[in-house]
Amino acid sequence: MNAVNAAPPRPGVAAELASAVRAFPTLLRIGVAEVVAYRAEFLVWILTTNMPLVMLALWHAVAADGPVGRFDQAQFTAYYLGVLVVRLATSNWMAWQMSMEIRDGTLSAKLLRPIHPLYAFAADHLSAIPMRILVVSPIVAVMIATSWDRLARHDPSLVVVLLASLVGAWLLTFFSMVLLGSVAFYVDSAMGVFELWIGVHGLFSGYLIPLEVLEGWLGGWVGKLAAVLPFRFMLAFPVETLVGLLSPAEALRQLAAQWLYVALTGVLAVRVWRAGVRRFAAFGG
Amino acid sequence: MPGLAQMPLGFVARYAGLFGVQVRMSTLAAMQYRVDFVVRGLIAFLWSALTLIPLLVVFGVRQQVAGWSFGEALVVVAWFTLLRAVLEGAVSPSLTAVVEHVRKGTLDFVLLKPADAQFLVSTAKLEPWRVVDVVGAVVVFCYAFATLGRWPSLAQVATGLVFLALAVLILYSIWILVVSAAFWVIKVDNLSYLFGSLFDVGRWPIDVLRGVWRGSLVLAFTFVFPTALMTTYPALALLGRLDARTAALALGGGIVFAIIARRVWRRALAMYTSASS
Repeated sequence: MNAVNAAPPRPGVAAELASAVRAFPTLLRIGVAEVVAYRAEFLVWILTTNMPLVMLALWHAVAADGPVGRFDQAQFTAYYLGVLVVRLATSNWMAWQMSMEIRDGTLSAKLLRPIHPLYAFAADHLSAIPMRILVVSPIVAVMIATSWDRLARHDPSLVVVLLASLVGAWLLTFFSMVLLGSVAFYVDSAMGVFELWIGVHGLFSGYLIPLEVLEGWLGGWVGKLAAVLPFRFMLAFPVETLVGLLSPAEALRQLAAQWLYVALTGVLAVRVWRAGVRRFAAFGG
Repeated sequence: MPGLAQMPLGFVARYAGLFGVQVRMSTLAAMQYRVDFVVRGLIAFLWSALTLIPLLVVFGVRQQVAGWSFGEALVVVAWFTLLRAVLEGAVSPSLTAVVEHVRKGTLDFVLLKPADAQFLVSTAKLEPWRVVDVVGAVVVFCYAFATLGRWPSLAQVATGLVFLALAVLILYSIWILVVSAAFWVIKVDNLSYLFGSLFDVGRWPIDVLRGVWRGSLVLAFTFVFPTALMTTYPALALLGRLDARTAALALGGGIVFAIIARRVWRRALAMYTSASS
């Protein structure tokens, strides 16, 4: 059976969206129930995000005898706690899930449902957010205790930008993950590509090293590259806004760039997905 | 499995032969996905290069960090790269497969085979492209000692090799412990990610963590999850900064660790009830 041929004729985008909106509350409830059911697993998963803390310890040792650029020890603390918070709140593992479902054919079940699989995936990952916020809140508490004065709270416009940037970061990560997961439509085992992604993302998103510190390195071309690549808008930008490293004007400019990237990757992700699904012939079909 | 003392030569030869077969099977399996094979080799290389960047940046702004110079820290990175190649190329894929066996109940087929089950499951799957990482590690070693302007003596290399064996033993033992947990809690595949992320700490000299919570992290990473034993100590051995007493203690600790792991594995195996029972 070819899953695409079996699907009902494609409804218009508006009708599709309307049905997705109707189904969303239920999908979210199911998702939350699933996260709660596998809470131990979820916690272990969260614990694997410990790299920022190791990097924090490292830079603390480095900054013990004087600041690095604008970063003194306290700034490093604020930055890496921010990285932890933003990363835990906005990350997802879509690509892995997609590649698995494509490979073992479970995607065909999703394709037969009267809701676009991408909405279903989105609901799945959105519903993890309450749990993620719960996990993140102690880190936020530590942040408030250690770096209250640095946080973006003096300027209400920065707070608005921060919230918008978090939504943007989530969407950008989601769409990139769809793009990345779609690789599995074309090659049988895409794990290698994912590993490369993790590496490149780690460097250019400010996850490992604050991009500002990276700027002076190797004649600055890594920093320049990081400024234009989409990765910084998934992590570094919200973090820098959060810990008050950006002026309101600069933050606004970056927000525009971020949402431009969101729109671009969104369109691209949907296109690649469609092309991919046409290639997809479920196993055992 | 007979004890080490009465291990006959034929026995060793048989297991060596078995090991050869397992390696060949894994290589063939890996070659089936040709794009993936090439891409993974390339990526293993790129990934090694990427892991060097934080180190380069840090030593771009400082001559010394926590008492380690650039060259010395590179030796730690080289050990780390080497061990990660062992972990991800030889240890982790096989043992991930065990977890799957336990969950599906197919471990029965392994247990029925006329060879030691721990040996069979530990060598079931290898990822040959990780050899790239080994080459990378050797390059980093050479570069590190060239930077330092001196080369380790023969005795230091020998100690280093002993520590390599020890590190692999510890790595494998921890993995066996993690996998043994699968017999009780079934779903441990993300424990393996946790393991990987903790192992990542070994990329840095352990002294970097000395300032955190009065050194409690140093204790944790030396005795509880001994990454320090796997990368920092071997590096110290190669650099000739390790005293004999610490070395002996580390060796003893590692061996005790391995014995415990084997015991736990036996106990876990006794717990195993196949899918149908």
